[in-house]
Amino acid sequence: MNAHPAIQNGVDAANPAAEARLGCRIQKRFAGQQEFAVDVSFEAATGFTILFGASGAGKTTLLDCVAGLTRPDGGRISIGGRVVFDSSSGVNLPVAERHVGYVFQSLALFPHMTAEQNVSYGLKHLPSNERRRRTTAMLQAFRIAHLGGRNVRDISGGERQRVALARTLVTDPQLLLLDEPLAALDAPTKSHIINDLQQWNRTQGIPILYVTHSREEVFALGESVIVLEAGRILRQGTPHEVMTAPLQETVAQLAGFENIFDAVVEALSPDRGTMTCRLSGDGGSTAIETPLVRGGVGTSFRIGIRAGDILLATVLPRALSARNIIPGRILSLDQRDVMISARVQCAVEMEVHLTLAARDSLQLETGREVWLVIKTHSCHLMQRAT
Amino acid sequence: MAIDWQTFWLTLQLAFAVSVLLLLLGLPIAYWIAFSSWRWKFLVQAVVALPLVLPPTVLGFYVLVALGPRSPLGRWWISLTGHTLAFTFSGLVIGSVIYSLPFAVQPFAASFASVDRKLIAASATLGASRLRTFFRVVAPLSVPGLVTGAALSFAHTMGEFGVVLMVGGNIPGVTRTVSIDIYDRVQAADYAGANQTALALLVLCFVLLMIVYSFHRKASVLNSVQ
Repeated sequence: MNAHPAIQNGVDAANPAAEARLGCRIQKRFAGQQEFAVDVSFEAATGFTILFGASGAGKTTLLDCVAGLTRPDGGRISIGGRVVFDSSSGVNLPVAERHVGYVFQSLALFPHMTAEQNVSYGLKHLPSNERRRRTTAMLQAFRIAHLGGRNVRDISGGERQRVALARTLVTDPQLLLLDEPLAALDAPTKSHIINDLQQWNRTQGIPILYVTHSREEVFALGESVIVLEAGRILRQGTPHEVMTAPLQETVAQLAGFENIFDAVVEALSPDRGTMTCRLSGDGGSTAIETPLVRGGVGTSFRIGIRAGDILLATVLPRALSARNIIPGRILSLDQRDVMISARVQCAVEMEVHLTLAARDSLQLETGREVWLVIKTHSCHLMQRAT
Repeated sequence: MAIDWQTFWLTLQLAFAVSVLLLLLGLPIAYWIAFSSWRWKFLVQAVVALPLVLPPTVLGFYVLVALGPRSPLGRWWISLTGHTLAFTFSGLVIGSVIYSLPFAVQPFAASFASVDRKLIAASATLGASRLRTFFRVVAPLSVPGLVTGAALSFAHTMGEFGVVLMVGGNIPGVTRTVSIDIYDRVQAADYAGANQTALALLVLCFVLLMIVYSFHRKASVLNSVQ
């Protein structure tokens, strides 16, 4: 069933039609006050597959079903050609026999054990010298050998993530499930750990399902992204395909649009490929030029604009290619890390991201009159969520 | 006049036997209560908790009937050993185990249930069987609850009266426990002896509970270092 990993990888690379390493078809209903159902079908190849979606979209339920912690009502799950669940033939391997590594969001390190005891926990079946050899090798691979004897309570957050990964990977899982294990870490620590994980998977060649909320992680890791909403797969593809042209409002919100407004089409300019929409809010209304999409005058849309796509000017800009120049007033300036998030009141309240240097050189402060500059193609039109 | 050490020794033996039996019997029951999702589980929980609210005489009465020569259990015991279970030390142990069951099972179950389910799930994904998960993860993290349950059943058995009187009677060296001894002395107007014996029991129980709670304090200090 399993060739040497390297050979297996070679086969996969040469023949894209080779059997998917993870085949997953799951139906699961949760009865109760808030009825919820998961109904998904997908395949995942070797390497990272990102599961992306709001909380409550069914990501963790999906992972729990694959791991065997939750029993689906129906479907079929196969890992590397091995069927671990099949409702039609009644196959349902227990968790301990699935060889699925699972790193929880909370990590779930055993608090009464040292780092080394945690890592060697899954190697009970091996003779003790082999167990020690593998544990040491894995501690070294994840740069935590110096922490082996420490209790996991006494080490830092990043070190704990490393222990959790090492504990799971040392068992040679045939599939790895990661439920936002790096969510709490700062960016440099996160990218170091991800590098080590990718390094490890270069020799292992297993599918990794990686749950995240973070748009950056999607682009950094994903060869493939699955967007989940309300228990269903909304979109699936490369990060570029899935993340740049959202159609459904919920995807757009997740894809990092800080500004989402109601708009009604006022006029169409089909020859120029644009149209004019009216944005209405607490502070009145304003016209905005957007790309042309299907829908006549009077159609309601939602417009999403990324905070980083908006420019701020302290004098009325002239001779500019950008088509939307909207007057407004700064409501607040908040520093986030090395970035300023400004809230600007025009017809609506817009969030704008700028650098610290921009704030200082423009001498921006609360109450200041400014102009917002927005390119036509920075306005993303979305269907309203149904 | 002075303290009857024989009854103390007997009472300690009884309490020890009951604690050990309740550890063996209570762990699986508590595990089942903590982790089962059976919809009628509450019935079992109610039965286990019954001794908390029943008068000891009611419980003692039924145990006496069940152990006596007219019940199937009593007859089976007689055919096995040639004598009845009632008014023996073994009978006393059985009655006490039932009477102290909730004092062991409830702390056990509460501490099992408070173990993070993710730890149990993690153990399973690492290939561990349920038994290994229990002994390596659930039990070590439940030690304070296990100590509490064992100590409470010990102390509760030390001080029980009604069930002992109903099931065991008052046979010196066989079923006469400290609490019965105190009652006897009061009946016989031996207030000095009753006082000494009562005081000794009080100190013993206090020391036991003090050990339990100081252990808890250490455990909670340890657990709060995260």
